[in-house]
Amino acid sequence: MRRLLGLYAAGVYAFLHLPLAALILFSFNASRFTVWEGFSLRWYRAAFGDAQLAEAAANSLLIGLAATAVATAAGTLCGYALWKRRSGLVAAALHLSLVTPEIVTGVSLLAFYQWVFRFAGLRLGTHTVIGAHVTFCLVFVVIAVMARLRTLDPALEEAALDLGASEWRAFREVTLPLLWPAVAAGALLAFTISFDDYVVTSLVAGVDSETLPMVIYAMAKRGVSPAVNAVSAVIVTALGALILVSERLRRA
Amino acid sequence: MASVLELEEVCKEYPGHRAVDRVSLEIPKGAFFSLLGPSGCGKTTTLRLVAGFEQADSGEIRLNGAAIQHLKPYQRSVSTVFQNYALFPHLTVRGNVEFGLKHRPAEERERRAREAIEMVRLRGKEERRPAEISGGERQRVALARSLVVEPEVLLLDEPLAALDPSLRKQMRSELKDLQRRTGISFLFVTHDQEEALALSDRIGVMRDGRIEQTGTPEEIYLLPRTRFVAGFVGAMNWIGGAGVRPESLRVARGAAPSGARRAAAEVGAVSFLGNLVHVGARLEDGASVTAEVPRPDGAFRTGERITLWWTPADEVRFSDEG
Amino acid sequence: MNRLRAVFLLPSTLVLCVLVAAPLAIILSYSVLTRGAYGGVELPLSLESWLRLADPLYLGILARTVAMAAAVTALCLALGFPLALFLSRAGNRKNLYLHLVMLPFWTSFLVRTYAWMFLLRDTGLINTTLIWLGLIQEPLSLLYTPGAVLAGLVYGHLPFMVLPLYAALERMDRSLLEAAADLGAQPWESLARVVIPLASPGIRAGAVLVFIPCLGAYLTPDLLGGSKTVMAGNLIQNQFTHARDWPFGSAASLALMAVILVLLAVWVRREKEPLL
Repeated sequence: MRRLLGLYAAGVYAFLHLPLAALILFSFNASRFTVWEGFSLRWYRAAFGDAQLAEAAANSLLIGLAATAVATAAGTLCGYALWKRRSGLVAAALHLSLVTPEIVTGVSLLAFYQWVFRFAGLRLGTHTVIGAHVTFCLVFVVIAVMARLRTLDPALEEAALDLGASEWRAFREVTLPLLWPAVAAGALLAFTISFDDYVVTSLVAGVDSETLPMVIYAMAKRGVSPAVNAVSAVIVTALGALILVSERLRRA
Repeated sequence: MASVLELEEVCKEYPGHRAVDRVSLEIPKGAFFSLLGPSGCGKTTTLRLVAGFEQADSGEIRLNGAAIQHLKPYQRSVSTVFQNYALFPHLTVRGNVEFGLKHRPAEERERRAREAIEMVRLRGKEERRPAEISGGERQRVALARSLVVEPEVLLLDEPLAALDPSLRKQMRSELKDLQRRTGISFLFVTHDQEEALALSDRIGVMRDGRIEQTGTPEEIYLLPRTRFVAGFVGAMNWIGGAGVRPESLRVARGAAPSGARRAAAEVGAVSFLGNLVHVGARLEDGASVTAEVPRPDGAFRTGERITLWWTPADEVRFSDEG
Repeated sequence: MNRLRAVFLLPSTLVLCVLVAAPLAIILSYSVLTRGAYGGVELPLSLESWLRLADPLYLGILARTVAMAAAVTALCLALGFPLALFLSRAGNRKNLYLHLVMLPFWTSFLVRTYAWMFLLRDTGLINTTLIWLGLIQEPLSLLYTPGAVLAGLVYGHLPFMVLPLYAALERMDRSLLEAAADLGAQPWESLARVVIPLASPGIRAGAVLVFIPCLGAYLTPDLLGGSKTVMAGNLIQNQFTHARDWPFGSAASLALMAVILVLLAVWVRREKEPLL
């Protein structure tokens, strides 16, 4: 049975990796057809030369960094507070944000923004996307932080208090230094999720806040240029690397 | 002598059980005071109430006369040595010891830290991390860290429990020595009665959240006020409703001296302990007792019929359930 | 401590109130309003949107969504269990193999879904390879079918099934298998009568982790499916964009949420364990 299982596993791994591997392979294809005609970097050149792509990538980066910063700060403090004492209400709200389908998050935020904008005279734009991203990234930071906090000895903070430190100083000088790998892991995870989001972003983005996933979606739907393969390959590699680092930090 | 720490009718209740039940005690200034009792008796909870990690439901805790039960841990002039030391893993030995001195000028901070590290004989290890030093050394860091802030009372939560037996005896005498040298009052929590007897100026024996007896080691051992204290501190034989310590039980082959209480018995197992011999014997009613005799007196064999005798003054009797 | 804790909770509470709770409250109120002339909503209050959900057309979409989610879950279980078994017996290469399972998942969901388009299109890799091998003359219609959506969803959610299964199998006491063998059980028999029952907490966890996200799937059926594979997520998106029927879209969203929350309540009740 051992050998059967091994063979089977190889098959599943093929299923899991072939689609992406094929995509990446053909991003180097000289021809625009799905027949291999030689190695070429033309699609990469096309992708990097595309102004729309570049602007979208810059938007995604900006939004990702901003949303990650806010979600990480808020989520770390929240996870710490929940560790000290559970709040049923906050935990329930976090669970809710976790199980809500992306489409529902997206439409509800769209409805909310439009309602607010009637009074505030604002429009959809980068800020609305950042707000939306913070919403669904928050819970992942909280989970990462709380998982690490559970491994910490509560006596450490007690010892700090005992020696004259205030609660704030105990958090800053004892808990936070021990927590930061988990915070960093959560931040990287949040960035990856934000950078890759399509569903929510497409609903709440304004006209001039197009993100990279939105452009890729449009290209995929049109199905014309293999440049989308090149962009995909770059994204996959970059995000994959980020998550690998995040995993390393999480286990640190 | 003035008391440095007083607890008056302190109570702490958790859902389901009363951990600390109207505990009152007094620790004289400069004394080594032990809270002794079996696990679950509330001694650690009492310690945490004094430290400020838990809030008492009622009662008063006074430090040098001033009530402190409403103060935060960082507002109380007491310091705790935790059972697992709770050393900050990301700081060096020096960093740990200096932690409580944040608000002093740098020069004073360095000097006091150096003195504390010297006092616990850890010179040369200042730049190591807790993970890089041994268990005994970690304990000494914990001590230095707490002593350097010059607390009124040092609270110790079973600090020797995590050490292996050989180290424990050594640390015991070091601890006593440290207390004498610094003059700081110690509140020491333990379940090891031998430790408590050896180290303390005064002992409080606890059980089920209550103090059963407070007194000097001699008082606790020789004049126990309840059955529980008698049985918990040191070994005790119960013969016909009276308690007799093993070392007070004499063994005679023939008759006992007149005026002595006696009991006939048969020798069971005999344990040779070097300087002493433990003679296990079974009484006529089936009860087992142990007599402790100096080696020269002890050459008994299993099955031998003997007479156990003791003087009435060596007895302890209790009229009530205790 | 309480003041510090309140301050620490403030940013997150703000985000959760303003950007999670308030939006849901808004669409709740929209679901009982009437569709506006140029999109948006207006008075009067009306239960029309909710009643319309009972229309066979929309019930059909719900049924199709549930059926698809169930099929994906079943397939993930069937495909994932042997893999999890393999992982739990992989000795000291366990971590490596685990990472290999998780790695594609950690990259971009959009890209991974597009990869399937790349494979299944009429001019996609599978068709061109089959034509090049001479096995077929005309390209097969693989994309925009329920099969494509199924494949895409299984592909996207398999790791969510494998991980809890692996965790349950790994924790299993090996000596139980030895005892079964000792009592005469063949390998297949001890699999069915010992391993699978003991792994059932992992099976349930994996089922929830796959079924519930699949109920809310949007992107996969959108890119890989056609008119025959409209799922709840597509319906909702359509109402808020092309159809401009926000009240109905709100009602549909809340109905989907209700189904999900009920399922979760049942599961939490049963397992007595929170997710966080």
